Amino acid sequence: MIHSLFLVNASGDIFLEKHWKSVVSRSVCDYFFEAQERATEPENVPPVIPTPHHYLISVLRHRIFFVAVIQSEVPPLFVIEFLHRVVDTFQDYFGVCTEAAIKDNVVVVYELLEEMLDNGFPLATESNILKELIKPPTILRTMVNTITGSTNVGEQLPTGQLSVVPWRRTGVKYTNNEAYFDVVEEIDAIIDKSGSTITAEIQGVIDACVKLTGMPDLTLSFMNPRLLDDVSFHPCVRFKRWEAERILSFIPPDGNFRLLSYHVSSQNLVAIPVYVKHNITFREGSSQGRFDLTLGPKQTMGKAVEAVLVSSQLPRGVLNANLNASQGTYTFDPVTKMLSWDVGKINPQKLPSLKGTMSLQAGASKPDENPTINIQLKIQQMAISGLKVNRLDMYGEKYKPFKGIKYMTKAGKFQVRT
Amino acid sequence: MSASSAFNDEKGGSSSVGEPEYGHDPASGGIFSSDYKRHDDLKEMLDSNKDSLKLEAMKRIVAMVARGKNASDLFPAVVKNVACKNIEVKKLVYVYLVRYAEEQQDLALLSISTFQRGLKDPNQLIRASALRVLSSIRVTIIVPIMMLAIKEAASDMSPYVRKTAAHAIPKLYSLDPEQKDQLIEVIEKLLADKTTLVAGSVVMAFEEVCPERIDLIHKNYRKLCNLLIDVEEWGQVVIINMLTRYARTQFLNPNINESLLEEGGEKTFYGSEEDEDEDDEDKDKKAEVATMAKRKPYVMDPDHRLLLRNTKPLLQSRNAAVVMAVAQLYFHLAPKAEVGVIAKALVRLLRSHSEVQYVVLQNVATMTIKRRGMFEPYLKSFYIRSTDPTQIKVLKLEVLTNLANETNISTILREFQTYIKSMDKDFVAATIQAIGRCATNIGEVRDTCLNGLVQLLSNRDELVVAESVVVIKKLLQMQPEKHSDIIKHMAKLIDNIQVPMARASILWLIGEYCEHVPKISPDVLRKMAKSFTNEEDIVKLQIINLAAKLYLTNSKQTKLLTQYVLNLAKYDQNYDIRDRARFIRQLIVPTEKSGALSKYAKKLFLALKPAPVLESPFKDRDHFQLGSLSHLLNAKAGGYQELPDWPEAAPDPSVRNVEVPEWTKCSSREKRKEKKVEKPFYSDSEGESGPTESADSESDSANGSESVSGSEVSGSGSESEESEEGSESEEEEEEEDEEKDKKKKKKELKKKPVQESESEQSSEEEEEERKHERKSKPRKSDSETESGDEEESESESSQSESDESESEAEVKKKKKAAQSKPPAKPVKTDGKKEKKEMSLLDLDDFEPAPSPQVTPVNSFLSSSLVTDLEGLSLSDSVLSPATIAPSSALKSYELLHRITGEGLSVEYCFSRQPFSPDANMVAVQIQFTNNATSDTKNLHMEDVKLQSGMRVKEFPEIELLPAGETTTAVMGIDFCDSTQAANFQLCTHTRKFFVSIQPPVGELMRPIFLTENEFKKEQGQLMGMNEITERLTLDVKCRNEHTIVQRVTTAANLSRVPCGSDKECRFAGRTVTSSSLVLVTVATKEEGAAQLTVNCEKMVIGTMLVKDILQALTQ
Repeated sequence: MIHSLFLVNASGDIFLEKHWKSVVSRSVCDYFFEAQERATEPENVPPVIPTPHHYLISVLRHRIFFVAVIQSEVPPLFVIEFLHRVVDTFQDYFGVCTEAAIKDNVVVVYELLEEMLDNGFPLATESNILKELIKPPTILRTMVNTITGSTNVGEQLPTGQLSVVPWRRTGVKYTNNEAYFDVVEEIDAIIDKSGSTITAEIQGVIDACVKLTGMPDLTLSFMNPRLLDDVSFHPCVRFKRWEAERILSFIPPDGNFRLLSYHVSSQNLVAIPVYVKHNITFREGSSQGRFDLTLGPKQTMGKAVEAVLVSSQLPRGVLNANLNASQGTYTFDPVTKMLSWDVGKINPQKLPSLKGTMSLQAGASKPDENPTINIQLKIQQMAISGLKVNRLDMYGEKYKPFKGIKYMTKAGKFQVRT
Repeated sequence: MSASSAFNDEKGGSSSVGEPEYGHDPASGGIFSSDYKRHDDLKEMLDSNKDSLKLEAMKRIVAMVARGKNASDLFPAVVKNVACKNIEVKKLVYVYLVRYAEEQQDLALLSISTFQRGLKDPNQLIRASALRVLSSIRVTIIVPIMMLAIKEAASDMSPYVRKTAAHAIPKLYSLDPEQKDQLIEVIEKLLADKTTLVAGSVVMAFEEVCPERIDLIHKNYRKLCNLLIDVEEWGQVVIINMLTRYARTQFLNPNINESLLEEGGEKTFYGSEEDEDEDDEDKDKKAEVATMAKRKPYVMDPDHRLLLRNTKPLLQSRNAAVVMAVAQLYFHLAPKAEVGVIAKALVRLLRSHSEVQYVVLQNVATMTIKRRGMFEPYLKSFYIRSTDPTQIKVLKLEVLTNLANETNISTILREFQTYIKSMDKDFVAATIQAIGRCATNIGEVRDTCLNGLVQLLSNRDELVVAESVVVIKKLLQMQPEKHSDIIKHMAKLIDNIQVPMARASILWLIGEYCEHVPKISPDVLRKMAKSFTNEEDIVKLQIINLAAKLYLTNSKQTKLLTQYVLNLAKYDQNYDIRDRARFIRQLIVPTEKSGALSKYAKKLFLALKPAPVLESPFKDRDHFQLGSLSHLLNAKAGGYQELPDWPEAAPDPSVRNVEVPEWTKCSSREKRKEKKVEKPFYSDSEGESGPTESADSESDSANGSESVSGSEVSGSGSESEESEEGSESEEEEEEEDEEKDKKKKKKELKKKPVQESESEQSSEEEEEERKHERKSKPRKSDSETESGDEEESESESSQSESDESESEAEVKKKKKAAQSKPPAKPVKTDGKKEKKEMSLLDLDDFEPAPSPQVTPVNSFLSSSLVTDLEGLSLSDSVLSPATIAPSSALKSYELLHRITGEGLSVEYCFSRQPFSPDANMVAVQIQFTNNATSDTKNLHMEDVKLQSGMRVKEFPEIELLPAGETTTAVMGIDFCDSTQAANFQLCTHTRKFFVSIQPPVGELMRPIFLTENEFKKEQGQLMGMNEITERLTLDVKCRNEHTIVQRVTTAANLSRVPCGSDKECRFAGRTVTSSSLVLVTVATKEEGAAQLTVNCEKMVIGTMLVKDILQALTQ
């Protein structure tokens, strides 16, 4: 399956290579560089590039290209998904997945890759198993290791490998037993010029941080499970139970994990938390354009809209923007033409606005397109779909865990066309 | 070794990036001393005694390897450390070794012996990693060693090692394809493995080595379907893809009739295959109307249904590759009405990373062509955001275009209008193309689209205009007469547009429809003639074209112009243009030489041309399996397996039968299905029922003898029928087991109406529990994670399970035996009744059935009596083994299956009697049955392979085993108090079979007699580390002392210690080899709570024993 892996940084250098079968020369990446050159933006590099003898499948994360070399038929998603899993693992181990972090921990990276793939076929990708095999580097452990010469590598086969709950290791012990669940919903919406909603959907996830001793068996039930239109589970969730009773029953992995992601269908009416009044005009023949933007809360159920960030890609003809923000700060990058306005919290009494003029290139004709406005925001303590967790119970262990549930709404791909 | 030198070394390393390595050339050593020194450095570190230095050196070497620098000259120094004790050093050496072994084959051979030793290590992790590295070393010389190692590992007791063996198969195959046949044998063996851990890897090996051997799958098909949900995600993908192909060869097309019925309405689908199908269908219809009529009520093969049902939940997987795999399976295999379920899941994937989106959208685009209805409800999910990367935008556009129909076209066009204003010009161009396609496909909006496009002609951006021209040209071709205005408008544009393709299109249009614009066209030609030399090639060709057409229609005005153009073309640099000019001149200008052809020139040039069909580039892509690389590239990738067409007639479905004949299956299929879901996981139940498995057969025998002593004739009849079925097939499927159990239950209920209510209740309870809780996971995790040795019992159980049929056959015999020997029964009637009650309650439970032979270990008898009896049976067993009837109280395991043994089947059980020649050995009673038609001679064992310290006393050679006969022999094995398997070869006069015997921990001890005081004293000395305590909740049916005692003694060869308290049961024994004490205490409390304490010097034995007893008591 996966033959080799090359890590390519933003400047086009291969800074790590790993081969699982016989060695493939790194010159194979020339085809990749060619494709990279052809693509205007890094994200436009095709994920699959055929070359005379190999196929290159790449993903781009954190400005690093992970280029896998394969030789024969394999489902491309298989490779892509695996590469993303590799990145997630690195992130999990090193906190960040940057070139520097990978270079600093090159031995751990190598050990990880060795465990994750055998002959190009995934072997252990579950982070709990990996952490038993290779302990993540911490400052303390690095120090202890240098002094005592002990190792980061586990000697026993992780118990998870052999059980049906590969995601959980045995012998977990905590003094404080706690289970936190974050219900995070994102609104994806496209709002048209006149302010009406073209499409709006809610995508939600439940992220969990479970630190419980032993082998707890948890059940999580919702007040209104019918809201969930389409769900995908962590492998620990018992599917049949969900089908039958709409209850999430699972033995959680240890630590942080994504329990569930769900979709609230677009058939349901989606509450749009903010509205945007905009007036962006360019006049023919004048080198000036007007920019006028006002934000206001719409359907927020009484909660404050926070961490609002407005960004917009202005037309290429715009030279500079001279604006005045009633609240927060704005920046305009004359090279990328990206305007971003950090609004902060929306005060319903005094609506934030951004007004002013844009100067256009002299002599250039008026741009015929208007920029789209992307909005990011956060609303605490509310799930916009109205999803509510009913209760969380634990079986199988005797102690009383501390349980916590947090709700949050964010804007996902929230766009306003102007 | 100082830190500073290390630092220098690092520097030296980084400075030589990209430079060739000179270090390994001794001659250059003087010149590139720094380089050379660096490696000396490392060599010195590697040679040192300190692990920390070695580790440091290895880390640096690995960092070099990672950066792609050549470190091959360090090979000898590194390989020396392959046997290093430090596990991290070892691992890094492995990494290095695998990387460079291919280049330094001779030196690599030095390391082989280390791995061979590693293959025998008691630690499964070490065995597995040794095999992994050994098989990764690409050195041809060691192929035979690899082959042997793989074969051995394939029958390892640890599923993890077996998984590694599966991984090693493709490695060996790529190294030496000659080994294919042998490897297929291993694959076949591993395919029969029932653990989820192995399933994915072996199917992967199957796909790489022998994807064409679809026949290997038959027997494992149902098992794979059922295991699927528990296999790890990567394995799921591989299995699903393989099963898709399998199903295409084995089942009938579920849409075979629908496509017939929909014949009228088919217009909306423009997938050609669909049409072809129809055509075929038509032919079929005409040819064999009768058969079609018969075939009309299509019935889906139950196995086909099984596959669809078991894959569906995986659409909820978090892994995009799994979702895609299921989606393609449904697309290729499911009836049309059911395919819809995949749409939602695929749309969900669009939220994922852009690479995932890219692949998913490609597949969705193909799907939308064939099954548009499926994605229509999700139209809005494909709307494009300005932040999407261009390649995603274009694909979404493709999907939107495919989805467009009369009802939604207005919304889609409105959406397109916004897209046209986008800043991303490539995307705008694609949008214009898309509009063109909508216009050709949907007649109602053609004019609207055309008007829209014409407006775009005045766009400032040239690319947009050019693209519009190209599209308009195609649209106009459909109804040119209506649109001479547009043609005129476009003729004006020729002055401004510079994009060659657009200019060429305009020229072609004017030429083609010069009759509609008679005044303008000569003028355009005049302009073009002027700029001819500066045009691009395609434009030049079109100018010649235009000239020719005008010459034919309006030669008066354009004759000179045409000649001028043709003359220019005659001296063009491009030979195509010169050729074309020559050809056209000959054709249109009549000369003496020109033949009849020039008369028809007008017809040639101005023939009515068919309007172009604007079609999706994704049309017909579905002949590639969706989700595959080949589909994505629209070209066959290496190693791609074609998706076969549906067979005309379904091949024999019975090849997939594993145990129960088809008729039983069909009748109870529905029931069985439900059971499957409530059932604890497959692999799991294997694991946990390991020790109890043979109890099943025992309960059979109990039934058998019951029916003999009782009166239920029909009961015994059907029983024997069943066992016949059993012996017919090779393997036993879990749920079928259960089904049988249920049947048995029913039967027994009939027999014992008194207990009916009770048992019914309990079985209901049980069912409910299972259905709702899927308890299995926690249970299994408990049992499995407590000690890493679970796999042993698992592998055993898979053996014992597979020999179910065998034992059932045996049961039948026993039944007969029981009939002939009724006096043996009364000995233990009481005990038996007890047990039978239990079997009603819980079928998975132990049930030592009555046997004509005395069960050596029994807690009801005082231990002195036990020893007496042992003494008695001892002489029996040694002197005349034949007198020991196969004891059904003891669990027997399969040693050699009838099929693999070519008629010879061998089972063994632990007779629990002291082995007289050597007291330190465990007696193993072996039963040989010759099912073949010919006699077997000279049965003996050879080539015993043991872990160090283990010993074996072979059984005496059996001279002759006539066909159909059964005989027993006793051998002794000193297991050294470990659960390692004893491997040896069983030889007949013709063949040799590799077999292995592996003891459950409970068989590694012998009972001893202790008084209560002695017990307490001993226990007092075995505290702390030697004591293991577990809390447990007793099984509902196991709350009285009696059953506890019975279950514990069945699980382990211990004797009961008398005890004053009725809340405690105590047991004692000694391990066979080292005579270490084993003390077990079960203290019961309220409500079935209990505490299990095991005291044993040997902690490993203790832990394993705790687990086994725990299992025996809780289930």
